[in-house]
Amino acid sequence: MTSRHDDGADYVLTAKGLTKVFGGIRAVDNVDLSVRRNSIHALIGPNGAGKTTCFNLLTKFLTPSKGTITYEGEDVTNLAPAAIAQKGLVRSFQISAVFGGMTVLENVRLALQRRVHGRSFDFWRSSKCLNSLEDEAVQLLEDVGLEDFLHDRAADLPYGRKRALEIATTLALDPRLLLLDEPLAGMGQEDIGRTSDLIKRVAETRTVLMVEHNLSVVATLSDRITVLARGAVLAEGNYAEVSEDPAVVEAYIGEPNDTYD
Amino acid sequence: MSKQAETTNRTTAIHQSRPPSDARARMTRHHMIVFALIGLFVVIAPQFLYPVFVMKLLCFALFAMAFNLMLGFGGLLSFGHAAFFGGAAYAAGYAAKVWGWPPELAIAFAVLVAAVMGAAFGFLAIKSRGIYFAMITLAFAQMVYFYALQAPITGGEDGMQSIPRNALFGLVDMSGDGPFYWMVVVIFIIGVLFMYRVIHSPFGEVLKGIRENEPRMISLGYQVQRYKLLTFVISAALSGLAGGTKALVFHLASLVDVHWTMSGEVVLMTLIGGMGTIFGPIVGATVIVTMQNYLANLGSLVLIIQGAVFIVCVLTFREGIVGVIAKWLKTRL
Ligand SMILES: Nc1ncnc2c1ncn2[C@@H]1O[C@H](COP(=O)(O)OP(=O)(O)O)[C@@H](O)[C@H]1O
Ligand SMILES: [Mg+2]
Repeated sequence: MTSRHDDGADYVLTAKGLTKVFGGIRAVDNVDLSVRRNSIHALIGPNGAGKTTCFNLLTKFLTPSKGTITYEGEDVTNLAPAAIAQKGLVRSFQISAVFGGMTVLENVRLALQRRVHGRSFDFWRSSKCLNSLEDEAVQLLEDVGLEDFLHDRAADLPYGRKRALEIATTLALDPRLLLLDEPLAGMGQEDIGRTSDLIKRVAETRTVLMVEHNLSVVATLSDRITVLARGAVLAEGNYAEVSEDPAVVEAYIGEPNDTYD
Repeated sequence: MSKQAETTNRTTAIHQSRPPSDARARMTRHHMIVFALIGLFVVIAPQFLYPVFVMKLLCFALFAMAFNLMLGFGGLLSFGHAAFFGGAAYAAGYAAKVWGWPPELAIAFAVLVAAVMGAAFGFLAIKSRGIYFAMITLAFAQMVYFYALQAPITGGEDGMQSIPRNALFGLVDMSGDGPFYWMVVVIFIIGVLFMYRVIHSPFGEVLKGIRENEPRMISLGYQVQRYKLLTFVISAALSGLAGGTKALVFHLASLVDVHWTMSGEVVLMTLIGGMGTIFGPIVGATVIVTMQNYLANLGSLVLIIQGAVFIVCVLTFREGIVGVIAKWLKTRL
């Protein structure tokens, strides 16, 4: 298959004509999306625009009704979600997804266990053999500022720390492309600052595609922005281009209930 | 949170967290104590209880633990575990009676049969969830039941009777309850230790993760269906260990062992004892088996009492007996 974006070097992820129909509702409608390597690409749009559904399609948690997804030059449209994750395309969730009953260290160790250790089916071995992963886990947790919480239960962390833990867990998989669904939602100002710094650092060597409502963060962080409305791409470009697009301006004014400020 | 509070919090966190978890060592110590108590019980029990009764207890405790591995640790509610328990009982009986195999081989054969059944049923059932999963496992178990009812080799309504306990390794006489008791004890201990290891293995960690947050495990690249299937197979195999042993204890494999009420009973034992706890199923099995034993002369009233106990348990302590005790002691048992 040849197309403008399939040169393989520039774009990590390309989606073409991505469509998802939920019983008549076109939640995602013919979306084209190309994510450039080592960039931060933001997906914005009012509530219900189809951003989370897009993420679910890209990570195969949902099967597209139509369209193709190419990741690192490979057609991944029909892969299983775990298989995509194993290839380095890893997502986070809109609702914080930590393993609440486990300690902070165990959360990260569980991710390392799959990637580094590879003995996850060993039911006859003592889990003490996982101790060798702890140095790397501690290192990852230091990177997100959680070194003082190693043995705390993840469920007991404040919200912002949970998101940080989620990012550390995701990074433990050494992903090439991170999909972050509203990583800053519900955070206080201090956590927002810390987490957006973290995302910036992460993106120095990796690619980030993120859904975010906090427009000032989107403006400072992202290299490219795609605006979705009612499942379709409304505009795409850098922040200046997008914010002056008449269609986008109109969509903002026409949406009194959305969460922009 | 104020800056100052934040700072004090951080320092206490350092003190709490730097020495690799004390809590875990404490928990392990608790487990060792319980293991010691169980060991003590099985050694002195024949002094004041009928060996056959204790052996029955141990078989059902093993069965409930195997079931709990699926429900409590795998998050899978099977309503067809009688198929593995009863199927294995027939398998062990057949091997001992028709082929004249010694008990260790007859039981090993029973485990194998149950594991193969578990792999087959699990493969077909694992894709469905919740109540559908329970229904499918029930349907499979009913197939096994009707096979046992009709097939010429199972003895139909009468069951497979006078199953012999041949000599252990072809050498040691096992026909008396005295020596066989110790074989059952060894089987029980091996089963319990094996289960303990599974729960505390890398595989067990993955199960914990799936139970806590399955979508997140998928997004971390775990193929959760495969882990569930392996859980199913291990659980079925251990149910087979219990069923095969039970057939030799009573010299009998019968329709009761494959009937759906047996599947229900093991659910009951697990819930009463505490699902997702390590020792709960042992306690649950003890309660139910003791009740059945001592209230046997009340006939079908036993079922009503059993139901009442179950309702009381579910209403008053949802975590089960051991779950509640663990909560008191602030530990995991
Ligand atoms: N599983 C589903 N079944 C039916 N409709 C859904 C489902 N998931 C999302 N939708 C619908 O698709 C639309 C887009 O939702 P979503 O992707 O969550 O939007 P966003 O993340 O941009 O707020 C909404 O109208 C929502 O109701
Ligand atoms: Mg969303």
